[in-house]
Amino acid sequence: MNAARPGARRTGERLVCRDQPPAELLIRGARGLDPRAGLDEHVDVLVRGGTIAELGAPGTVPAPDGAEVRDGEGLHVFPGFVDPHVHLRTPGQEHKEDLDSGTRAAAAGGYVAVVAMPNTDPVVDDATVLRSLREGARREARIPVGFLAAVTRGLAGAQLTEMAELADTGALGFTDDGKPVHRAAVLRKALQYQKLCGGVLALHEEDPSLSGAGVMHEGEISARLGLAGIPSISESTLIARDAAIAGYEDGRIHIQHLSAAESVAAVAEAKARGVRISAEASPHHLTLTDAEILDRLDTRLKMNPPLRGEADRRALIAGLRDGTVDCIATDHAPHAREEKEVPFEEAPMGTTGLETAFAAVHTDLVVPGVLPLALVVEKLSAGAALLDLPTPRIAVGEPAGLCLVDLSAEWQVGEAGYESRSENCCFAGRVLRGRVLATVAAGAVVFRERAFALSAA
Amino acid sequence: MRHLLSIEDLDRAGIERILDRAKSFTEVSEREVKKVPALRGRRVLNLFYEASTRTRSSFELAAKTLSAEVINFVSSGSSVEKGESLKDTVQTLSAYRPDLIVVRTPHVGAAELVARWSPAAVVNAGDGKHEHPTQALLDVYTLRERLGALDGLRIWIVGDVAHSRVARSNLQAFAMLGARVTVCGPPTLIPRGIEALGCEVAYTLDGLEEADVVYALRMQQERMTESFVPSLREYATRYQIDGRRLGARQVLMHPGPVNRGVELSAEVIDSPQAVIGQQVAAGVVVRMAVLYELLAGRAAPDRELVTA
Repeated sequence: MNAARPGARRTGERLVCRDQPPAELLIRGARGLDPRAGLDEHVDVLVRGGTIAELGAPGTVPAPDGAEVRDGEGLHVFPGFVDPHVHLRTPGQEHKEDLDSGTRAAAAGGYVAVVAMPNTDPVVDDATVLRSLREGARREARIPVGFLAAVTRGLAGAQLTEMAELADTGALGFTDDGKPVHRAAVLRKALQYQKLCGGVLALHEEDPSLSGAGVMHEGEISARLGLAGIPSISESTLIARDAAIAGYEDGRIHIQHLSAAESVAAVAEAKARGVRISAEASPHHLTLTDAEILDRLDTRLKMNPPLRGEADRRALIAGLRDGTVDCIATDHAPHAREEKEVPFEEAPMGTTGLETAFAAVHTDLVVPGVLPLALVVEKLSAGAALLDLPTPRIAVGEPAGLCLVDLSAEWQVGEAGYESRSENCCFAGRVLRGRVLATVAAGAVVFRERAFALSAA
Repeated sequence: MRHLLSIEDLDRAGIERILDRAKSFTEVSEREVKKVPALRGRRVLNLFYEASTRTRSSFELAAKTLSAEVINFVSSGSSVEKGESLKDTVQTLSAYRPDLIVVRTPHVGAAELVARWSPAAVVNAGDGKHEHPTQALLDVYTLRERLGALDGLRIWIVGDVAHSRVARSNLQAFAMLGARVTVCGPPTLIPRGIEALGCEVAYTLDGLEEADVVYALRMQQERMTESFVPSLREYATRYQIDGRRLGARQVLMHPGPVNRGVELSAEVIDSPQAVIGQQVAAGVVVRMAVLYELLAGRAAPDRELVTA
């Protein structure tokens, strides 16, 4: 997280956030788990001046004067999570989310860096917009934020943005997220241009001629409800096409929010051919299916891509396990209450996810033994490397980017409100296991869970 | 039962109770004074966001025959056109203290939302392509009148199943009463996964002779432009129920309004097998029975809920 260290404000830094006092913190005896650093034991973690200064056996690290000392008994310390796919709705839709509320939500979920999508109003498709957005993040963002710029002007799918200038201004990569780059020739040109400007092309894969007016996964449930379906092949056929183009141009693509079994197969097949392709899956696609919609036509369960069937969910989990799916990304997509309090077909697509990501995956996949905790922890920060960002590590000398988690704590989603400005969370009302108690991002304490903060006195 | 939102809100016994009561109401329509005081002083609000002739008028007639007060609220010329949300409209109209709201909307699940936002009892009179439970009830009533029980009957529902709320409600109601249902139509108009509702699927009329009942659905013009079928002509050639295809002992049903010469030929509409007129007549008594079921003997909705 070097680039995001407070004070390091040179132009060209890739992540930005506001200045915050560097942490002086000793966490005693929590179980440290950082699979990449080979850490899986109870440790004392000392953070001084925002940097991990010392790791030692429980009780062996002395507390410096003035440092906050926390008892980590029974808790876990993980490398902080990194989300390569969030919507912070700024500029233009600050009634849904802004840089402050969105990064507060991220910090509450254990995130130490997030990457915002450019489908704002105006679209982040020129350097002026990007520059002012990054300035805003320097004032308001609680944790480091990076930005993807649009592939095409106005997300219209026709004309490329000034990708090279955008990259110089700090764009981490490019995406038309929310929409596919529908015309193959446009995607091909963007991939050719990538050789000049660098940056990953992150792709929302959906063939609009197949998804049509669909509002949920096409299958038994949509047939029963009389709702227009979005077939799995809408996603998988476009992935196959784009992987072929990327392979031909030797371009680097990242597939956003995989939802269907056929898509996992398409990515695996492209990887086997040597295509430079990576993929993400969201906590909601890993834990929920379209059957939830039958129980209650809850618009919080409406997102794009849609919740799919059980076989799809299992394929995504298998993909995480075998490496086809590289990381977990939330696609945090806030919408205002009045926008979601309408009939299902009328509601906008999207669910919030930053505050519940770890707890949802932990509750539904780790607790029942479907996936090991270490794999989930790794996948929640693996998005960093995909965008050439530094991966948080729990190791001496590293800038502190970590979270302290109580795996046994149960909490009801939404019961105490949300940090996000919006409340359209697909897990609302669920009792989840695993609570983030504190987050240290870019060397600063950016979140303390309320009860935990009180106990600090 | 507090609301009738889906045919699944009823079980076989519930359906039979409503149909028996509907039967008892037929006598009222034959009187000179076609009115009974069963729901005197109760308020029924018809909230219609879609054009409807027979459903709306039969609900109105049903409520008035039972001596309820009726308010009609149709979307054209109303606050809806000024951009008022469904939630605000429902909460505003709830201030008139209706005991029951009959709602038709183009959106799946909207009746359920109305039930959540209003303290009144709610009857779904069609929510998008989802359900139309009172149509299913009046169709079952019509069949019982004609054939007695439905147990063991084979019923074919033919046409645009994908866009039909009638198909969805009816096939569940028919199955609940012991009939075996086949849905038939062009593969483009049979939704993937429809078998999950407990029916069989056929793409041609080849097996139609096994049917005791042929239920034709309305084929809408706009399906051509969306290229679900190449032409009305090709559709009619393969799926139109005509005198050649309809057997002498089969019963023919249609929810109306009929496209003459498309899903049905003129000769079968006027044939003795057709019970289309009986379906319309059944609409009034069945809806009387539904209103009675939901309102009679039930206190007015809790005042407190209105502002909740």
